[in-house]
Amino acid sequence: MQEVEFSDILTAQEDGDYIVNIGPQHPSTHGVMRFVVSLKGEMLDYVVPHCGYIHRGIEKMCERMTYPQIIHLTDRMDYLSAHMNNEAVSILVEKALGVEVPERVKYIRTILSELQRIASHQLWWAAFGMDMGGLTCFFYGLRDREKILDIFEESFGSRLLHSFICPGGLMGDIHPNFQKRTKEFITYFRKKLPEYDQLLTGNIIFEQRTKGMGIMSKEDAISFGATGPTGRGSNFACDIRKKFPYSAYDKVDFKEILYTEGDSWARYKVRVDEMWESMKIIEQLIDNIPEGDYSTKMKPIIKLPEGEYSQRVETAKGDLGVFVVSKGEKYPYRMHFRTPNFSNLFVISQLCKGNKIADLIAISGSLDLVIPDIDR
Amino acid sequence: MNSVGKYFSDIFYGIKSLWKGLMVTGYYFVHPGTIVTQQYPENRKELKMFDRFKGEVILQHDENNFHTCNGCGICQLNCPNGSLEIITDSVTNEDGKSERIIDKHIYHLSMCTFCGLCIKACPSNSLAWGQEFEHAVFNREALTKILNQPGSLIKKTPKEPKAPKPVVTDTVPTSNPAN
Repeated sequence: MQEVEFSDILTAQEDGDYIVNIGPQHPSTHGVMRFVVSLKGEMLDYVVPHCGYIHRGIEKMCERMTYPQIIHLTDRMDYLSAHMNNEAVSILVEKALGVEVPERVKYIRTILSELQRIASHQLWWAAFGMDMGGLTCFFYGLRDREKILDIFEESFGSRLLHSFICPGGLMGDIHPNFQKRTKEFITYFRKKLPEYDQLLTGNIIFEQRTKGMGIMSKEDAISFGATGPTGRGSNFACDIRKKFPYSAYDKVDFKEILYTEGDSWARYKVRVDEMWESMKIIEQLIDNIPEGDYSTKMKPIIKLPEGEYSQRVETAKGDLGVFVVSKGEKYPYRMHFRTPNFSNLFVISQLCKGNKIADLIAISGSLDLVIPDIDR
Repeated sequence: MNSVGKYFSDIFYGIKSLWKGLMVTGYYFVHPGTIVTQQYPENRKELKMFDRFKGEVILQHDENNFHTCNGCGICQLNCPNGSLEIITDSVTNEDGKSERIIDKHIYHLSMCTFCGLCIKACPSNSLAWGQEFEHAVFNREALTKILNQPGSLIKKTPKEPKAPKPVVTDTVPTSNPAN
């Protein structure tokens, strides 16, 4: 593996190569992200991502916030996996305090995570189609995502940033309509998901722009730490839900989707298949939510015992790790988030090498990047 | 010959795949009943948000302009961004004791992140979510709101008589597991 330095880019200029800046305000980066691209003619040589345009210092802000207050900041990292981010911090605090949450909470958390995963993949599918020039996909993906957002809005009052899962359980109980509407959505989406295949999967232009593009080997995936559907497209079995089950994932039966090709097409197929698997998980749980409290009684001021704690969850983008150093106070001494998008982003230099510049957006789109999660 | 055959089969496959996509869009073109778009500014009259919708934080008042906030300041402590600010005042009540009431319950909507910690923490359940969502204003000062209505008073709940303590009749354990 070749080390890519910014100085390499500068020296490349002397050889007569082009240095092109893509971003920070490029519509296809889905956020503020700058790629410095070195070109040999039309072929990509190096791609150096520059991040930090929307760095908000969330990790530092966490050091002055109590644990329940941290929850609302984690929403704003990867806003498409807000429930999973909340869940990561909540499970960490519960594990550190030795609190056992009720079964009802575990079931609801799992259902919410899977609904959120479907919503995230739908938005990705919509935006990925649009990156390739298919504007129809964008409307169709958002149309189905709206159904999930309505379910969320009815139960938690918000569509994107929920802050619903908190240490000790949930902020409130689910709405009485929640189960009915979720079941309605599953039957609706089982009919609509084949449309996705009809529109995009079989499309000749889409196939030619993704098959064989941006090939990532399993070794690259492991050494760069690319997780989630990005890593699983390269046959890297990294699903935290399978390897280290949390919440109610040990009670459900689902398949870890693995593809061996490692190209954009494989990453696309992983995500579409994951939507089917998520629906299967929700169907297994939605009728069996046990009765009980939606929260355990927590102390008004939560103080973690002195020590170091960590927790991993599987978000829609990959493996989110939370690490806390506590000195026994109500604030964490140090809080670190290992966000999946950050690791997934830096594979791009490896993937783009030898491809044409027009494929840069297609390849970066297949990585499913959420820029606030990279900068946090 | 083989490459020529492949050339034409590729064209045929391409047209077939595009036709498959057009079938989907064509279906929705001839079925206008499947349109889900809301015509937002036109449907403002009948548009109703969900009951739990997080529009803004409000202080609940009943029909006689009474609220239940006693100015304890727990919401202010729980707020991560400092969007709530309580200015208290003390008055002398009929018993001759000085009592704390709220003078101003200030809410900076521009700083609020809608996390819901103030509403969850409120011991007297006086804060709630409002369903108003059209918050656009021309200057930032208009987003600072005073939640208690002018002239509103704290609701006096008649003191409930304390429940009698359960009388402990048997303090000696009837069976000792050590024996």
